[in-house]
Amino acid sequence: MGNYFARHLQVLIASLGKLRVAPVASLLTILVVAITLSLPAALHVVIKNALLVSGGWQGAVDFSLYLQPDIDEGGAANLAKLLESRADILQVTLINADAALEEFAASSGFGDALDALSENPLPHTLVVRPIASLNAEASALLKQELSSLPETDIVQLDTEWVSRFQAILKLVRRAVWLAAGMLAIALLVVIGNTIRLDIQNRRDEIEIMQLVGASDGFIRRPFLYTGFWYGLGGGVLALAVIALATQMLRGPVAELASLYGGGWTLRGLDMREMGIVVTTGIALGLFGSWFATARHMRRIDPK
Amino acid sequence: MIRFDNVSKRYPGGHDALRNLTLDIDRGELVFVTGHSGAGKSTLLRLIGLIERPTRGQLLIDKRSTRGVKRRGLPAYRRDIGMVFQDHKLLFDRTVFDNVALPLVIAGVGHRETGRRVRAALDQVDLLRKEKQLPETLSSGEQQRVGIARAIVGRPKILIADEPTGNLDPELSLGIMNLFERFQEIGVTLLIASHDVALIGALGHRRITLADGELQSDSNAPIDQEEAFTF
Repeated sequence: MGNYFARHLQVLIASLGKLRVAPVASLLTILVVAITLSLPAALHVVIKNALLVSGGWQGAVDFSLYLQPDIDEGGAANLAKLLESRADILQVTLINADAALEEFAASSGFGDALDALSENPLPHTLVVRPIASLNAEASALLKQELSSLPETDIVQLDTEWVSRFQAILKLVRRAVWLAAGMLAIALLVVIGNTIRLDIQNRRDEIEIMQLVGASDGFIRRPFLYTGFWYGLGGGVLALAVIALATQMLRGPVAELASLYGGGWTLRGLDMREMGIVVTTGIALGLFGSWFATARHMRRIDPK
Repeated sequence: MIRFDNVSKRYPGGHDALRNLTLDIDRGELVFVTGHSGAGKSTLLRLIGLIERPTRGQLLIDKRSTRGVKRRGLPAYRRDIGMVFQDHKLLFDRTVFDNVALPLVIAGVGHRETGRRVRAALDQVDLLRKEKQLPETLSSGEQQRVGIARAIVGRPKILIADEPTGNLDPELSLGIMNLFERFQEIGVTLLIASHDVALIGALGHRRITLADGELQSDSNAPIDQEEAFTF
């Protein structure tokens, strides 16, 4: 049994040595594998970060505070000033009920119908913008406090657009999965084709091995290991490409984040995701070469 | 050991390479197969190596029909048969040692045992000093001997050789044939195809002559030894 593994190890190392015989062709194949793997992985990084950032936005969006109808404009302005003095609130904007009605009449097209109303049905509204660093928990607490004010009728949190944005991101993420699936098929074809050429170039060698009693499995082994190295090499190179890209973007992203007062930084691939990229590369490499050998080996018979 | 039972071989295209050949070869025999080119010598050997299959009739090796040997069984079957080719069929990117070791590596023989047996085989063909060289750096005769060492290293029961002295000078040819005679002494059954009638006559073993795919003569009678040595 130890002997068996020793032989496999020997072929594994030998097939790595074979790559050195045609370094340019091998490197090109590895490069193609790396690019094909890094495309979906990079998109994944982008989406992951966008979700993280937009998740942070959940707590930092504006509240719409609809006041009781009996609160007049002066009372609303006083409340606005009072709220603005709180530490967790950045800014409060008063939207006058008459101004709101005018704007609504202009933008909705219900102008004539609204004219028929004897009085303005809209209350005065305060748009409360909390500080950017407010987390979801504190935000919920703030909402509760605002609701319990005697002047308040309804508090609305404007998170709908964030939810929509996240829904879109999730849709895009699904599309990335689909693209990744197609790229995986392309990768199988690329690796399979490289191995096929390799088999053709070594046709004489394969025939000789068959004549001295080599089984298909024995002949196949070095080709499978070649596929393994293509996958491993491509996977590791893809990780390097992504690491380089995130490193290059880290500075500008931090700058952007500080402009928006956010404390978030760009996150690259974590260990689990790195493992997935490399494992996928290896699996596709093995499968591609397995497929190519299964298809083309049988056609070779010694003459 | 080897029995051709009314064997015919027709290649695609209609050429009859062998016609109704019936032949018995005992264990430990050394048999020469002669005849003009195209007479069917190579086909006869290729049938034994299962590189070709009979169109009609059957071939029995060790009393067992080769019909039962399917593609999956070919490797195991071929490990019992050493083959020497006119064009040597060596791997040119591997050393002499690695070429000879190939059948043992395939059979999964251990590292130490492989080294021992490869050196024994190379010693027999007198190439021990060249084990680290690549085949390209060897002469044609030496390459042929590497091929022979590879054929015998797995200790086959049967050794078939197709024109092993095809492009060697008479002295080297005789050396190779003497080598085959030594294998016969240790019990290997040998079939050697050759058109070198003079050399075969001088050695005096059983001789099968094919003509146009048919058995023309099968003679055990050795040619007069004294006459033979005048070649």
